[in-house]
Amino acid sequence: MRTMPPNDGGGPPASLDRRGFLAGAAALAVSGTALIHAREAWGLEVKALKPDTMATLIAMARDIYPHDRLADRFYAVAVKSFDDKAAADPKMKAMIENGIADLDGRARKAFGTPYRTVGWEAQRVTLLRQIEGGPLFKAVRPALVVSLYNQKEAWPIFGYEGESAGHGGYISRGFDDLTWL
Amino acid sequence: MAAKFDLNDDTVVVIVGSGAGGGTLGTQLALKGINTVILEAGKRHEIEDFVNDEWASFAQLAWTDMRTTSGSWRVARDFPNLPAWIVKAVGGSTVHWAGASLRFQPHEFKAATTYGRIKGTNLADWPISSDEMAPWYAMAEDRMGVTRTNGIPGLPGNNNYKVLEAGAKKVGYKEVSTGRMAINSQARDDRGACQQIGFCFQGCKSGAKWSTLYAEIPKGEATGKLEVRPESHVVRIEHDKSGKVTGVVYHDAAGTIRRQKARLVCVAGNSIESPRLLLNSESSKFPDGLANSSGQVGKNYMRHMTGSVYGVFDRPVKMWRGTTMAGIVQDEAGNDPKRGFVGGYELETLSLGLPFMAAFLDPGAWGREFATALDAYANMAGMWIVGEDMPQEKNGVTLDPKAKDKYGMPVARVHFDDHPNDVAMRNHAYSRGRAIYEAVGATRTFPTTPYPSTHNLGTNRMSAKPSDGVVNKWGQSHDIKNLFVSDGSQFTTGGAENPTLTIVALALRQANYIAEQLGQKTI
Repeated sequence: MRTMPPNDGGGPPASLDRRGFLAGAAALAVSGTALIHAREAWGLEVKALKPDTMATLIAMARDIYPHDRLADRFYAVAVKSFDDKAAADPKMKAMIENGIADLDGRARKAFGTPYRTVGWEAQRVTLLRQIEGGPLFKAVRPALVVSLYNQKEAWPIFGYEGESAGHGGYISRGFDDLTWL
Repeated sequence: MAAKFDLNDDTVVVIVGSGAGGGTLGTQLALKGINTVILEAGKRHEIEDFVNDEWASFAQLAWTDMRTTSGSWRVARDFPNLPAWIVKAVGGSTVHWAGASLRFQPHEFKAATTYGRIKGTNLADWPISSDEMAPWYAMAEDRMGVTRTNGIPGLPGNNNYKVLEAGAKKVGYKEVSTGRMAINSQARDDRGACQQIGFCFQGCKSGAKWSTLYAEIPKGEATGKLEVRPESHVVRIEHDKSGKVTGVVYHDAAGTIRRQKARLVCVAGNSIESPRLLLNSESSKFPDGLANSSGQVGKNYMRHMTGSVYGVFDRPVKMWRGTTMAGIVQDEAGNDPKRGFVGGYELETLSLGLPFMAAFLDPGAWGREFATALDAYANMAGMWIVGEDMPQEKNGVTLDPKAKDKYGMPVARVHFDDHPNDVAMRNHAYSRGRAIYEAVGATRTFPTTPYPSTHNLGTNRMSAKPSDGVVNKWGQSHDIKNLFVSDGSQFTTGGAENPTLTIVALALRQANYIAEQLGQKTI
């Protein structure tokens, strides 16, 4: 991934490239070896996997753990390690590419279009249910449950406050502030 | 100043492990003037090293060396190489324990007599009575600064506790409080009061929670009689022709093999590593492993009947704020077979941060049912169930036939199947937990499957008769006089209570016995 200026806090996390163009276009587009998210204004260089494969992994990640208040960038950060793993390990790369090709094949057969353009979540979930015992899903889900929910930038969206000792704990910050009982 | 003993000094007591058992025992022996070496497999992290970050802390503290699993417990499917969530560091699991410090109930020392014959169990009575333990419990409570003992006030209740308390009282429970906790509610023993930080499982950043790391071991070291060697992984206990233990073989931080001679060896590596070490120490004289003439080493593994209930409410709870185990309901702790099971259970508040909640709420689950639960994270309250599980001979620790650790030693394979009594008790507890939260307006409740075990017990159990267990009432092996077990693996049965207070009380009692025996030169 390219090094870019520090994140200004309002946009994508520093680990994703900021690209302020194509606003209003399709959510996630492939451009050469990069994925461009116009609406969220970020780009992601893909080094080992096919960019389409990475885009499908991002869609799959949202369908596995669908949080409507989380932007796509959190899912992109959560699965981008698979590109690193694919770069380091040809077997991993083949497993992911074959797994996504299989998923797309099932999508075309059932809905006439690749996975990430299948229109409804419920339809995509039927496809995921078909592959949940397979190697791709069994690699992605356990990694994702850590890499998605361990993003500090996502915690405030869930209300979680994270580190507390540096703030003196909650002894004077509402450890017992519940009043609705 | 901490002592430094020679590897060839065969007058020292060697303790394997520095947690509730080993850390307390080593400190107490040093205070009694006995030269002691504690060999600890993990590193020494001090309070300033702890991090309020669940996964980072897990990487820092957890015992993640290879283990394997078998049996019908769900942990074997979800976490096949992580049967237990315990600590590999100086202080052992007293670094991450929650602090609940409860005495066993008198009948729990007489489980076989009280519960009678139950098919599939290997129930036995402890060779110690409640009365015999009482002074040692009192000493442990004072030592650890347990709230609601010795005139120490209880801790204040946090939000998670408020929900539990209100719900429990609505369903008619009476024994509801912020419990007996080894967490300072006011400054004591040169440690400050609880700052309600949360993250009790990640190492207490204020030191208010008792841990052998900073509340015991430094006192032992100050005597000049105690040396703690971190990153010293014991792989074998050695013995002479007569069968007497002579020392231990360990790998130091650099991986170099060392041999520490000893007058006496105490094993306190937790209920998975302790039997593994005894089994791995097999010899031509002891082909089934040390201290194993009964065949009970590694058997009767208990992990407490556990589970969790989480409730979602229409308003915020913020359960992560403050003490992780902030309160307890004890009305179900007694033995009342009319409920459909023997033994009892406690309900104790528990919270996990968002990252661990995602990993442990329903391992393997995905999709909208799961995601919407986490969307409600800030409005959740949580409780943990801890009850007495049945000792079964088939549950236990054996040496894995294939997997080896980095030193080439067979790793522990942990087998566990629930007993029908465990299942009946868990189902009862789940329904009571749900009732508590529904009584105060929960809109959704979840029964959460047991986490990787934190209370590992029973694999070197105490028995009156040498044929029934591994150690006698002092934790001294029936077979080898100068070999002791000093951790929770000596528990004959598990009781319903969090085990640390009992482990500490047994360690203090054992220290007294060892000092007497050394004084009388019987060992």
